[in-house]
Amino acid sequence: MTTSSPSKVHVTTTINGQEHELLVPPYMSLLDTLRELIGLTGTKEGCLDGNCGACTVSVNGRIVDSCLVLGPEVDGKTVDTVEGMATTDGLHPLQQAFLEEAALQCGICTPGFLVAAKGLLDNEPSPSEGRIRHWLAGNLCRCTGYDKIVRAVQKASS
Amino acid sequence: MVATFEPKTDYKVVGTRPIRHDGYDKVTGRAVYGADMKLPGLIWAVCVRSPHAHAKIKSIDTSAAEASTGVFAVITGSDMPKAQSKLVDLGEGNINFKWASNKLMADDKVLYKGHPVAAVAAADRYAAEEAARKVVVEYEVLPSVTNVVDALAEDAPILLDDLVGDDLGKDVNNTNMAAHERHEFGDVEGAMKTAAHTIEREYNMQMVHQGYIEPHNATATWDEENRVKVWTSTQGAFTARTQIAGILQIPISSVKVTPLEIGGGFGGKIPVYFEPLAALLSKKSGRPVKMVMERTAVFETTGPTPGARMIIKLGADANGKLVAATADIWFEAGANPGAFIDPAAQCVYAPYEIPNTRIDGWDVLVNKPKVAPYRAPGSPQVAFAMETAVDELCEQAGWDSMQFRIDNASKEGTRRGDGVLFSKIGMQEVLEAATASDHWNSPVGEAPAGKKRGRGIANGYWFNIGLKSSANLSLNSDGTVQLTEGSTDIGGSRTSMAMHVAEVLGIGAHDVRPTVGDTESIGYTDVTGGSRTTYATGYACWIAANNLVEELKKRVAILWDIDENDVDFNDGVFSSKSEQKKTISFKDLAGKLEDLGGPANSTGSVDLESAGDGFGMHIADVEIDLKTGKTDIVRYTTIHDVGTAIHPSYVEGQMQGGAVQGIGWALNEEYFMTDEGSMANSSFLDYRMPTSLDLPKIETVIVEVPNPLHPYGVRGVGETPICPPIPAIANAIKDAVGVRLYKTPMNAGSIVDALK
Amino acid sequence: MHPFAYVAPSTVEEAVAVLDEHGDRARPLAGGTDLLVKARANVWELDAVVDVKNIPELMNLEVGKNGLSIGAGVPCYQVYENDQVADEYPGIIDGTSIIGGIQIQSRAGLGGNLCNAAPSGDGIPALIAHSAVARIAGPNGTREVAVEEFCTGPSRTVIEPGELLVSIEVPKPAANSGAAYTRFIPRNEMDIAVAGVGVYVVLDNSGNNFESARIALASVGPIPILANEAGDSLSGKPVNDETIAAAAKLARNAASPITDMRGTIEQRKHLIEVLTDRMIKQAVERAKG
Repeated sequence: MTTSSPSKVHVTTTINGQEHELLVPPYMSLLDTLRELIGLTGTKEGCLDGNCGACTVSVNGRIVDSCLVLGPEVDGKTVDTVEGMATTDGLHPLQQAFLEEAALQCGICTPGFLVAAKGLLDNEPSPSEGRIRHWLAGNLCRCTGYDKIVRAVQKASS
Repeated sequence: MVATFEPKTDYKVVGTRPIRHDGYDKVTGRAVYGADMKLPGLIWAVCVRSPHAHAKIKSIDTSAAEASTGVFAVITGSDMPKAQSKLVDLGEGNINFKWASNKLMADDKVLYKGHPVAAVAAADRYAAEEAARKVVVEYEVLPSVTNVVDALAEDAPILLDDLVGDDLGKDVNNTNMAAHERHEFGDVEGAMKTAAHTIEREYNMQMVHQGYIEPHNATATWDEENRVKVWTSTQGAFTARTQIAGILQIPISSVKVTPLEIGGGFGGKIPVYFEPLAALLSKKSGRPVKMVMERTAVFETTGPTPGARMIIKLGADANGKLVAATADIWFEAGANPGAFIDPAAQCVYAPYEIPNTRIDGWDVLVNKPKVAPYRAPGSPQVAFAMETAVDELCEQAGWDSMQFRIDNASKEGTRRGDGVLFSKIGMQEVLEAATASDHWNSPVGEAPAGKKRGRGIANGYWFNIGLKSSANLSLNSDGTVQLTEGSTDIGGSRTSMAMHVAEVLGIGAHDVRPTVGDTESIGYTDVTGGSRTTYATGYACWIAANNLVEELKKRVAILWDIDENDVDFNDGVFSSKSEQKKTISFKDLAGKLEDLGGPANSTGSVDLESAGDGFGMHIADVEIDLKTGKTDIVRYTTIHDVGTAIHPSYVEGQMQGGAVQGIGWALNEEYFMTDEGSMANSSFLDYRMPTSLDLPKIETVIVEVPNPLHPYGVRGVGETPICPPIPAIANAIKDAVGVRLYKTPMNAGSIVDALK
Repeated sequence: MHPFAYVAPSTVEEAVAVLDEHGDRARPLAGGTDLLVKARANVWELDAVVDVKNIPELMNLEVGKNGLSIGAGVPCYQVYENDQVADEYPGIIDGTSIIGGIQIQSRAGLGGNLCNAAPSGDGIPALIAHSAVARIAGPNGTREVAVEEFCTGPSRTVIEPGELLVSIEVPKPAANSGAAYTRFIPRNEMDIAVAGVGVYVVLDNSGNNFESARIALASVGPIPILANEAGDSLSGKPVNDETIAAAAKLARNAASPITDMRGTIEQRKHLIEVLTDRMIKQAVERAKG
């Protein structure tokens, strides 16, 4: 049993392939853990109640709203954020497609959409338009009307 | 003398679709938005907010909060500098510093729910929130008003004791009516009497919010030199500076605003909210202070566009020509004056030629957040009223509503409702493109059992604006160009600016590296708003590029030892007019500057009084569940005259995004107010903006009637697309199920009620 | 948000001990999608959260001979991605697959949906229709409560301070049975039910008559409602539009909604009738396989 105390929680977690050992305030969200403790500000805050998806990250391969996860909960888990999508070989096909299809305007929702779309394509390489729209319904975009986002995900799917 | 330009078609860069320059940073998470700002020793602050819509503040006790763990500073209304009552133009709307200051932090009275009454800065956000809960405020709750009818009632509670209303030029005291304006042309009553067909209807709309995903934020330092530095997400660094300096009562030269990447604005990030508070807390704590607004507060205290009550009357002759129109428009301003009744008047009749018109507009205070610009502020409201009234008039008279719109379309020389005469406009071309579109020529299709389909059309209009912009260029020795411009980039505008420069210089869009400057690295530039950025800042970039060419001609003259006037420049190549063989490319010349006078820089600026008007039409197909009233959009097409599309992908994006905001406004979005004057649905969950699953693909038809006032013919496209959706959907609902709705949102419940 | 401690025990006993120690100032944390929102809004002021996801019993999902056992911490996606559950309990899948969006479904589960006790909880009506039972552990051992008796008011349940929901037990569906759940929302996802209806029907061998039925309603009262009269009205009746319409009317009568920003009393009662009609028909279709 983990110790019950108001003091910080010792967390070991792999973020974008890199192991981090952290002392996390027990009430701190994963979102703030990433942004404030580690400095990964690519994951965005939009609403803090799980209704916009701007803070979407992947935990053990499942997409979650990081505002609704506590930092201590990812002890022993792997976390993947938008910062981990591109490699030294270049952008992820989704990132490339978002640029080519002009799928972002202001770009604040883009990291969440990219991580969410990756969560879909990793398991379903050729989703239908309807499936893409359903999967991405947890991510709000106010600029694009979604048209070009859906086209970009279609382009990146095989 | 205003310069005019002949349309061109043989562009090399304009009209292409390069990848946006800031795109790589934005798809990798590297781009720094307002809330991403970090400074050494940074502390966080939050606001203490009023739970009441209207109340006197009897006392505020901050002692427990000040003693709370990690707290550095607490401010209340008494810490706000006393700003003078003075009206300043912000491009899209005005500001009075006294009221603007009071809006950010209540003085003796709270005027809307969520109105800040104190702010607390502490070591981190959690500590600040915990301490903020310890501020004790004693209120004397006052009756509140949340709609224009109640606000104008004789015994209405008065929001601002010092407000002097302007009723057609007459001063009015003890009122919630900030202004009453009138525009009247021709013999309205006489013409209405002669009309063969008339219609008069009342329309009501709730407030709605811009709904940008990024909450408001600010980071500020107040240093030993009494200089304030602010990093923020804003639609205009310079107008933010004007507001911050005005509210803090310090010279504008004491304020530096660095605009960080901005996560949406739609007009709502023209006003400042946190910037002056963070600065005051920095002054008090001696540390950099950051604030990020919680979503509930974004809804309750920022943004909304006016709720409205409107009465429209139209008269047409037996041949289907409009002869007269009247519009009475009451707009909710929120807690301070400024409800966009002017733009409403400019837009209401704009798509039509009507010889006799009257418009009366009222700017009315209510206990709701002060409205902010929202994409064509005032125009979607009057479009809902006008475009559904037009459809209903056609129905009564048995006219085809598309033909009616064609027959009555405004054109060059038509007088707008506020008296302005149109120059070259594209309303007729838009209607031609609409009738030629695939959507218009395809059947609406069969609905499954239990559902019905319908189609609706509507026009939309926004005048677009010009104003001031600045751009600077520096030529690099490798032939690339650094561009610094003053327009914050919400939707890819940096690349459009670079394309203006590249087109002039005959180089590629990616040979120009654009940067959005801060208030100390570029000249004054007005807000990214009013659909002005590509038009006005693009124009400034074009001037700067031409000035660079002129500067380089001097260098070529030195190189060839010829007269400067003998140097010609075409498609990226300098040549001698007298000796045709002598040529040097832009790039080659850049590499030789060291021996030709050193660095080559240029600058461009504009102050444009007018712009090119933007017209559009949307076609909406809806499918309605007859039992639940659920409306789905099954097909949707946007047709807009944009002048010239510099980067067509981002033009389409504006058309699609505006359409979808309008769709949300039409069907579900609203400020749902409780009897106590608070917004019951202040979360993304209950505010119900459209998700990807609520929409089809949004089709786009770009019409290009070049604007003679811009070197490439740009009009602007940011705003018109939000104007047609509400009436287009209202007309489609009528077509599908036979009922007409006069209120927004036109949600499932209201459709079921109407069907009974 | 009041600062709280984080505890992640690995047994029910340890979890109960911490919950017992803190009373109503501690809450179990499964998906956190309601808990963290309420803690952040200071609806709940907590000294400790007890992460239950390291407790094997709470993470167990099992389709057995006697029924389905859903651990209180099992997230929605594990329920709807389970082929056996999808095959035998499609009505439960209907509810589970529409709670929030994909991100929420990675974390939120039926146990949390039940403990959150929102009248609109999409997971609850199908459980009630299926006669599911909540298994609760406490300082004095375990007890079982029918799901329809679990919620006692908005955000209130039979769970006493120190108690913990361990699992939800769903009896094996009878032969010739079928179930379905739907809700009405203004959008197509990411929304709160304006009204919701869960139905479980058992047909006779001919498939032409109802043997029994249970109908449960969401968002039309302070708690999810078991519309007994509506369900019972179908027993022994032929499967046809009239009997179904009559049951739908009775369901409407069982609804006692309020007017708020999500819908009016009249709209909600109307929707209950429409959706009950549709869901009985859907459940019958499934019963006929």
